[in-house]
Amino acid sequence: MTTTVNPSPNPLKLRERIKLPRQHMPEQPADERSRNFTEVNLGYSAELARQEALRCLECEKPTCMDKCPVGVKVREFVRLIVAGDFLVAAAKIREDNVLPAITGRVCPQEDHCEGACKLCKKGESLGIGYLERFVADYEQRMGTIRLPAAPPTGKRVAVVGSGPSGLTVAGDLVQKGHMVRVFEALHELGGVLVYGIPEFRLPKEIVREQIDQLRAMGVEFETDVVVGKTVTIDELMEEEHYDAVFIGTGAGLPLFMNIPGEHLNGVYSANEFLTRINLMKAYQFPAYDQPMVDLRGKDVAVIGGGNTALDAIRSALRLGARKAYVMYRRSEAEMPARAEEVRHARQEGIEFRMLTSPIEFLSDGKGWLGGLRCLSMQLGEPDASGRRRPVPIPGSEFELPLSVAVIAIGTSANPVIQSTTTGLATDTRGYIQADTLTQRTSRKGVFAGGDIVTGTATVILAMAAGRRSAKSIHEYLTTDQW
Amino acid sequence: MFKIVHAEFIAPGIKRFEVEAPRIARKHKAGQFVILRLHDRGERIPITIENSNPERGTINIVVQSVGKTTHLLNALNAGDNILDVVGPLGKPSEIALFGNVVVIGGGVGVAMAYPTAAALKLAGNHVAAIIGARNKELVILEREMRQVSDELTITTDDGSYAEKGLVTDKLRRLIDNGTRIDLVLAVGPIPMMRAVAELTRKDHIRTIVSLNPIMIDGTGMCGGCRVLVDGKSQFACVDGPEFDGHLVDFAVLTQRNSTYRQEEERSMEEFRRHLEPRAADSPDDVGCAHGGRG
Ligand SMILES: Cc1cc2nc3c(=O)[nH]c(=O)nc-3n(C[C@H](O)[C@H](O)[C@H](O)COP(=O)(O)OP(=O)(O)OC[C@H]3O[C@@H](n4cnc5c(N)ncnc54)[C@H](O)[C@@H]3O)c2cc1C
Ligand SMILES: Cc1cc2nc3c(=O)[nH]c(=O)nc-3n(C[C@H](O)[C@H](O)[C@H](O)COP(=O)(O)OP(=O)(O)OC[C@H]3O[C@@H](n4cnc5c(N)ncnc54)[C@H](O)[C@@H]3O)c2cc1C
Ligand code: SF4
Ligand code: SF4
Ligand code: FES
Repeated sequence: MTTTVNPSPNPLKLRERIKLPRQHMPEQPADERSRNFTEVNLGYSAELARQEALRCLECEKPTCMDKCPVGVKVREFVRLIVAGDFLVAAAKIREDNVLPAITGRVCPQEDHCEGACKLCKKGESLGIGYLERFVADYEQRMGTIRLPAAPPTGKRVAVVGSGPSGLTVAGDLVQKGHMVRVFEALHELGGVLVYGIPEFRLPKEIVREQIDQLRAMGVEFETDVVVGKTVTIDELMEEEHYDAVFIGTGAGLPLFMNIPGEHLNGVYSANEFLTRINLMKAYQFPAYDQPMVDLRGKDVAVIGGGNTALDAIRSALRLGARKAYVMYRRSEAEMPARAEEVRHARQEGIEFRMLTSPIEFLSDGKGWLGGLRCLSMQLGEPDASGRRRPVPIPGSEFELPLSVAVIAIGTSANPVIQSTTTGLATDTRGYIQADTLTQRTSRKGVFAGGDIVTGTATVILAMAAGRRSAKSIHEYLTTDQW
Repeated sequence: MFKIVHAEFIAPGIKRFEVEAPRIARKHKAGQFVILRLHDRGERIPITIENSNPERGTINIVVQSVGKTTHLLNALNAGDNILDVVGPLGKPSEIALFGNVVVIGGGVGVAMAYPTAAALKLAGNHVAAIIGARNKELVILEREMRQVSDELTITTDDGSYAEKGLVTDKLRRLIDNGTRIDLVLAVGPIPMMRAVAELTRKDHIRTIVSLNPIMIDGTGMCGGCRVLVDGKSQFACVDGPEFDGHLVDFAVLTQRNSTYRQEEERSMEEFRRHLEPRAADSPDDVGCAHGGRG
């Protein structure tokens, strides 16, 4: 490992850098934050950011960058932090990532950039996510975002869905001079970023600011439009004269478990539970009109092991739950949630019931949930996903008293668009088929990306698909070649 | 923002609005609904589209005051705006030539049954309509229903107008008289729809009901509107709202609709307290026997 030819602003020798400990993210104390919705992570100060940035080895082959789905130039932006050029660092990130304040907070960095950081071998990886967040927040505070303007091309692009994939497409294409209009089914913009991920992990103010930036760049937004119902893609193209359409409608329908008692009051899908809390602000009822079941003093469990599950149960805790369980049928090692969230949840007092699978929701006799009948599992042979398959332990049934249960076992494809658009091919599970490189669908001029193509994935993967789509839409619009 | 161009009370506590929503007006089919939100702290509530006028770019809705949001909505007038209106949602009613069709509307359910009755009539069916209300004042859309039906029966619980009794009394008479019925559509309070379904079950008369569970997004995303039909979970906002009445588990629907009863009452109470001085000039609140999610 050698440093690159560019003069480095880093005064430390490699050996010295390796010895530096990773700078911890200041956070709200667990016992305080488990009772409020304010952000858990407080953010690096400029000094902490610089300290952390100094650890980077400035690798000649920056594996961190290779593993970032959008190829953020980590080494370069970190070097700019060392030099104190925070705004230039932000601009550097923006070359590849239009939502850095968001990805810095929610990317599963351990699977991407940080997981591939060469410092891992010597100890702890560089805090790339924390640094990315720092420069993005710094830039937002300074309010000095340059808006590159390209001459208008006269081409019109409709973007369906305002989640991370759609926002990325919109941001990229408006910068190329195309007219872009985003259609969103809900009354608020941002997709999962606003209705799924809670305030304490991703303040809605941040999402709003990122969207305001896009608006300032010229992106138009229309809420309350369910494409496929309010207007079809065929109509957008034929009657409203859009030259291209991007579909980024996300993974839609929540899956249920199809076990007895699922219709009892107090049994929620994670989508409903989180939508009430995040989108409708039901936790501020009655100041906000949408009601929420009163969780104070109640025992709550979430079923599942992903980010959604943890977001739901940590929200329940903040709403006053007495006991808050995560119930997952595999072991902790297999949990797909971000490592940081698992750590935070544990600190906050969430109880992890691993290798446990519910088999029946039990009634309290009055139409409400009263308990959960479960089975204990053990890990058997690896399954198709390569993870060891959980198998029930015979005779291990037990009952857990419970007032509220949240099901977070995944989603399936929402069929609204597919069923109303002519010539749009889907796979056997109903997801839209799109080329992995160009994101083109079977329908001329129509592109798709994000969760509606891959099934539930991550923010950064949705953005990467958005980025590829924007590139390929631009090519299509400028060459007219399909 | 969606502008109200016309608003009038058509019965105590029941108001009809004409709202500018050009995209929705163009696409609306009988049986579909909108979800609306009044202000930036408001909840999202589903309301059936009673009629649409694509040329004017407007839709009509008929709303009964039952809780805070519907009271708030019914306090709005022409010139006011509704913050969000999204739709048309749900599957359109199945319209075909069935033959002899009985359309039953109870309370504000009449407004929800009306567009489907009209479409069924247009499709060549013989439409016998039965509309029911608690009393004379609460009978709505009599003229409109008469226009789209071959025969119209009105029932009032207290006998203050037309026939005394329940809509099901009339239906039972039709069945007992051996009238051929190919399809029954029933829209109204849950107990009414359940009673209709029970009545038609033994004669295997196909019966469609329009379910009104609690909804949020209306696009199939949240799963909150799930209803139990034929032992399976269905999402009323995308798989419905109309279902085969003989397969619906009405007990589950009633129970799930009571989830937020306490909160709804609290919300209404605080709202009422807030509104007290103005309450005098708004028409009487008529309770919820015939509307809402009962
Ligand atoms: C609770 C939760 C927590 C998560 N946490 C993380 C995390 O920490 N890190 C991470 O990387 N990923 C996380 N994810 C996953 C990540 O949020 C998604 O992979 C990502 O948001 C997908 O982006 P998208 O653009 O494909 O769609 P979405 O974000 O799902 O947005 C789709 C948008 O399209 C709209 N829409 C749908 N249908 C229509 C239509 N017919 N017409 C108009 N609009 C429509 C929807 O209302 C929505 O706003 C989480 C997901 C959830 C649910
Ligand atoms: C697909 C669909 C279509 C619909 N179409 C229409 C329509 O066209 N017109 C229409 O008027 N409604 C319609 N509804 C019902 C309408 O959505 C509800 O009435 C509305 O959501 C009520 O909101 P709210 O805040 O005013 O009342 P909430 O506070 O939410 O109260 C709702 C229900 O709670 C119960 N409740 C509240 N307070 C009390 C109390 N003190 N005692 C006993 N019970 C109480 C009642 O059953 C009441 O209906 C429809 C519903 C669905 C699902
Ligand atoms: S976008 Fe995500 S994966 Fe890429 S560098 Fe930033 S935090 Fe890492
Ligand atoms: S791999 Fe790690 S140490 Fe190397 S350049 Fe990337 S962030 Fe720096
Ligand atoms: S209202 Fe959310 S899925 Fe039907």
